[in-house]
Amino acid sequence: MPSLDDLKKRIKSVKSTQKITKAMKMVAAAKLRKAQENAEKGRPYSQKMQNIILNLTKSINDPQNAPKLLVGTGQDKTYLCVVLTADRGLCGGFNSNICKLAKTNFKKILSEGKELKIITVGTKGLDQIKREYGKYVTKKFSFKNKKQITFSEAEIIGNEIISLFKDNQFDKCILFYNNFKNVITQIPQAQQIIPADNNSSKEKEDDPTSYEFEPDEDEILEDLLPKNISTQIFKAFLENAASEQGSRMTAMDNATRNAGELVDKLTINYNRSRQASITKELIEIISGAESL
Amino acid sequence: MSENFVVEIISPDKSILKTEATEVTIPSYEGQMGILKDHIPLITFLRPGLIEIKESSGEKKFFIEDGTVEFSNNSLLILTSTARGLDTLDQKSIESIIQNSEEKINKAEISDKEKYLLSYKIDTLRQINK
Repeated sequence: MPSLDDLKKRIKSVKSTQKITKAMKMVAAAKLRKAQENAEKGRPYSQKMQNIILNLTKSINDPQNAPKLLVGTGQDKTYLCVVLTADRGLCGGFNSNICKLAKTNFKKILSEGKELKIITVGTKGLDQIKREYGKYVTKKFSFKNKKQITFSEAEIIGNEIISLFKDNQFDKCILFYNNFKNVITQIPQAQQIIPADNNSSKEKEDDPTSYEFEPDEDEILEDLLPKNISTQIFKAFLENAASEQGSRMTAMDNATRNAGELVDKLTINYNRSRQASITKELIEIISGAESL
Repeated sequence: MSENFVVEIISPDKSILKTEATEVTIPSYEGQMGILKDHIPLITFLRPGLIEIKESSGEKKFFIEDGTVEFSNNSLLILTSTARGLDTLDQKSIESIIQNSEEKINKAEISDKEKYLLSYKIDTLRQINK
C-alpha cells in the first residue's frame, strides 16, 4: 500500500503529463487542418498528371523505344524502396505502420532472391529499419529543419531516384507512405513509381482518344516522366504530413483520456486511504479515552 | 449553344483557377497556340509566356514559366508549378526576375534549350513591364 504522499506525487505527475498530451493534441489539431487542406489541394495535380501519362502510354505504338522510366528496364532484379516517415514520434502507429508494411515487402523481395536498396526519408523510419535492414540502406534524407515541405524537397528526392535509375542501380522503385483517408484512418501504401504503374489502365476505357502531340510523344514523355516522379513523391509527402498530424491527434486524444481515467482512479485511492487513516486515528483516540 | 469550355489551372499545392472560357491562348513549346471549343485532343508543353483566358465577362492573364497542357472533351487542363496572375506581379519583382534570368543566360554552361526558354521568359516579362 503506497503512502499518502506517494499517491499525491503520482497524481500530480499524471496530471502534468495530461497537460502535455492535451497541448500536443491541440497543436496537432491546428496543424492537421492545414496539412489536410494541402493534401486535398495537391491531389488533383498528381491525379491529372497520372492521367496524362496514362493517355500517353496508350498511344505509344512502339514499346521497344519507349522511355525506360515508363516501361522499365525489362528486368526485375533490384528493387529500390523509398520509405517516407515522419521526423517526430508520439504519433501513434503512424511510423510503425509504414515500417511494418515496408518490412513485409522487404522480406518478400529478399525471399525471392532479389536485390534490395532502401532510401529512407525521415529519421523515425530509419531508426526502425536500420535494426534489421541497415545494410541495405543506401541513402537517407531528413527534412527535420524544414517547417513546410515544398515541391523542391520532393524534387531533390526525385532527382536522386532518377540519377540512380540512369546509372542502372535498380529496376523497380516502390514508394511507401501513409495515405490520408480521414482523421482516424490512415492507410499505409506501397506505390510503384518506376516503371509507371499500369494497374489503373486495367479498367477498360472506352474512349480511345487519339491525341495530337506537340512536340512528339517521346519528347513529352521524356520530360514528363521525371516530373511525374517528383509529383508523386510530393503527393506522398502531403499525404504523409496530414496522416502524421491526424494520427498524432488521435494518439494524444487517447493519451489525455487515459491520463484522466488514471487521475480519477488514483484520487479515489488517495481519498480512501486518507479516510482509512483518519478512522484509524479516531478509533485509537476513542479506545484510549474509554480505558481511562 | 454556348461556345464555352472548361479551363483549369492546377499547381502542385492548389488549384489556381477553374472557369469557363470562350478562347484561351497558351504559349506552347513550338509557338503561340489559340484554343477554341471542340479543339482536337492535345497534349503539349509550355514555355515561359502568358496564358490569356477570354471569358464572357472579361479577360484573365497569367504568367507561367513551364507546364503541361492537356485538352480533351472540351476541358483544358493546365498543369504548372509557376502560374501567377498578372495583377499579383509588381514592376519591381518582375525586374528582379529579369535580372536573375539575364545573369543565368550570360553564363556559358547552359544548354541551348535553356537559353531559348530563358530568352522567352525575359521577353515576356519585359513586355508586361511596358
